[in-house]
Amino acid sequence: MKKITGLVGPFVGLILVISIFSLMPEVSDRFLNLANIKSVATQSVIVALCALGMTLIIVSGGIDLSAASNLALSCVLVAYAINLGVSPLLAALAGVAAGGIVGFLNGFFITRLRLVPFIVTLGMMGIARGLAKWVARNQKIDAPLSWINELMVRTPRPSWLLVSPGIWIMVLFSLVMAVLLRKTVFGRHAFAIGSNELTARLCGVRTDRVKVAVYSLSGLLCGLAGVMEFSRLTVGDPTVAMGLELDIIAAVVIGGGSLSGGEGSILGTLVGVFIMAFLRNGCTMMGWPNYFQEIIIGAIIIAAVTLDRLRHRQE
Amino acid sequence: MPEKPLLSLTGISKSFGHNPVLDRVDFDLRGGEVHAILGENGAGKSTLIKILSGAYKPDGGRMVISGVEYRPAGPLDGRRQGIAVIYQELNLAPHLTVEENIMLGQEESRFGLVERKKNQARIKRVLEFLCHPEISPDIPVRKLTVGARQVVEIARALVSQARILVMDEPTSSLSQEDTRRLFEIIRKLRAEGTGIIYVSHFLEEVLEIADRFTVLRDGRVAGRGLTRETSVEELIQLMIGRRMSELFPRLPHEPGEVILRCSGVQSARMSRPVDLELRRGEILGVAGLVGAGRTEFLRALFGLDKLEKGLVVVSGRQFRPSYTAVSIGRGLGMLSEDRQVEGLALRMNLTDNLTLSRLKPYVRSGFLNGRRQTTAASEWMSRLGIRARSPEQKLWTLSGGNQQKVALARLLHQEAEIFLLDEPTRGIDVMSKAQIYELMGRLAADHRAVIFVSSYLPELLGVADRIAVFHRGQLVEVRPAADWTEASLMKAAITGRESKVQSTGEQP
Repeated sequence: MKKITGLVGPFVGLILVISIFSLMPEVSDRFLNLANIKSVATQSVIVALCALGMTLIIVSGGIDLSAASNLALSCVLVAYAINLGVSPLLAALAGVAAGGIVGFLNGFFITRLRLVPFIVTLGMMGIARGLAKWVARNQKIDAPLSWINELMVRTPRPSWLLVSPGIWIMVLFSLVMAVLLRKTVFGRHAFAIGSNELTARLCGVRTDRVKVAVYSLSGLLCGLAGVMEFSRLTVGDPTVAMGLELDIIAAVVIGGGSLSGGEGSILGTLVGVFIMAFLRNGCTMMGWPNYFQEIIIGAIIIAAVTLDRLRHRQE
Repeated sequence: MPEKPLLSLTGISKSFGHNPVLDRVDFDLRGGEVHAILGENGAGKSTLIKILSGAYKPDGGRMVISGVEYRPAGPLDGRRQGIAVIYQELNLAPHLTVEENIMLGQEESRFGLVERKKNQARIKRVLEFLCHPEISPDIPVRKLTVGARQVVEIARALVSQARILVMDEPTSSLSQEDTRRLFEIIRKLRAEGTGIIYVSHFLEEVLEIADRFTVLRDGRVAGRGLTRETSVEELIQLMIGRRMSELFPRLPHEPGEVILRCSGVQSARMSRPVDLELRRGEILGVAGLVGAGRTEFLRALFGLDKLEKGLVVVSGRQFRPSYTAVSIGRGLGMLSEDRQVEGLALRMNLTDNLTLSRLKPYVRSGFLNGRRQTTAASEWMSRLGIRARSPEQKLWTLSGGNQQKVALARLLHQEAEIFLLDEPTRGIDVMSKAQIYELMGRLAADHRAVIFVSSYLPELLGVADRIAVFHRGQLVEVRPAADWTEASLMKAAITGRESKVQSTGEQP
């Protein structure tokens, strides 16, 4: 029961955002129709995939500032691999694997060098971004079109899919991650480490191993998001998703994740992603300038965390 | 009463929701006396302290300081009106210097610039008064010992010219030497006319330092009087409301075969290797001063600290402690001395804390069954008498005694055979203590083995079968409990010298 009540806040926020724009006479008819919702969902796929991994990391008491750079590296590598003549499937796998390696290195340095995640991933943010630019020789890599580029289209080709394959991938991985987090020993160990790492160790949790797995898994998801980014852009762009890591972290936090660890949920994170996506979409439709969106999203982050704090005090 | 009280409380009441925590409590404190407040955990002591400090507002009743109505708007206001509270967990900023900590919020300044000279002079005077002139105002607090930090905290109270000092469990993390020095300070303050409210679980200490006492039970005053006219037994009886026939219930148990044998066990934090044997059905007490290496020995044994050399044999099988998961698999279980920081994940719920070390029974084809986990936790709650609303309750909402029972329940749940208990009764109420002693006896009767580290000698003598003494990172001596007295234990712990008496029946 409690797990559900904890999500009331984010859900109310989402409903509030949607109803505000639905009531705006200028955009109401365009905002709340199926085509628009589909397009918002498609736009959310990339942030959502990264945010799934980020939820796992934040639950275990960590943070990953390299998520967006990792995504860009994967995006570039997919284009690079396709240009080498590799099959699209292998290219996509290479992108995902690269993400996994970056994540693994994060986990490895955090556990072996006993450095705080903030520092390690801050460093990795620069390293991955630099590598992406190096591979791409500081420019966009054009690549021939393939089935990968159909993953993010709004009207999917086998029309019985209804929505783009990207959305299905997002739904699938959300389910997998939710089950992993709530219904497995690994998930329980991640929560325990985030809640109190010393206690976890005392209870026989192999904290280092779990942490490496957490960062690797999250890296894989960033790699997958990179493939999606390539699919959307049709080029490998090393400067894509600059600063996106903060959106990703914001989504987790709006969804009830605590930066001190031990708290967070996949459903909450998804709601957080959609709050931001609908807000951006609505503001754009209204013709409101960019800076206006930024101010609103900033205010929402602060409001969400404040409400969460208040709820905790009541407990 | 001839003397006018410095502080008087009349009819103080406070409830949280429908739950009355304090019910018409009267209390008074004169200048130049030490007045102890006693009671089990949950008796209302902390609430009373928080009302005094200004953190809580009472629902009813009056507070008067020197004839003036005292109605603090908050802790800061309370401090300004002359009440300084020194909490169990010291409230110092570790990275700031002694001076900065003492003067925090009360800096001498002119035009916003800190006047260091004036500050330093004030601090020097206070530290000299406290007999600790050796504490330099310029070193960061994190470099001080716990005892010295407490002196800094007291200095802060004195600089703010507090007339009333409230000390909440001041000695719980102090060594005996530091406790003695703290008592000297308290006596000095008392002579200067400061009123001191002293809250502690250590009844012997209360008898030594306090002039009067007030016992709270279930939010009411259960008794009060002069400490020189009472005894530990009487105080306990007042606290728990019935006669404590046996504080140390002894269940019959017989030592069986050797379950644990350590030879030359040493970690980087221990100065000498340790050889030790433990039998099934045995409670081995471990005495020593704080920092004597007792905790370090347990940690090395359990695989929390890296083992440098040595060998451990558990039930005839060799084993080198490395990961705690392996130790748990071999039947070891450890209770940490610090349940707040290490022992328990306070932000997690009771079920997760209780079952974390053994989740296997709840896993079916990779998936965790949360409902069965909760059911199991409820069973353990009733078996150990853990008082909580539900197994889903967050752990920080439980009292210290109940938290400790959760930590113990975890070891029972993981089916440990060898219990490494580090200060299991620290900071918990008398009833919970008695239950933990009884539990240790039950474990021994059940042919399991217990290593029981404690700084409280009466409980070691009352519960353990044999007692080992550590001194400066070294195991000095092991003897049957009957061959020890409080005096001989203390001597061995302080001097590290073996006493003349040879142990009986332990000859090879």
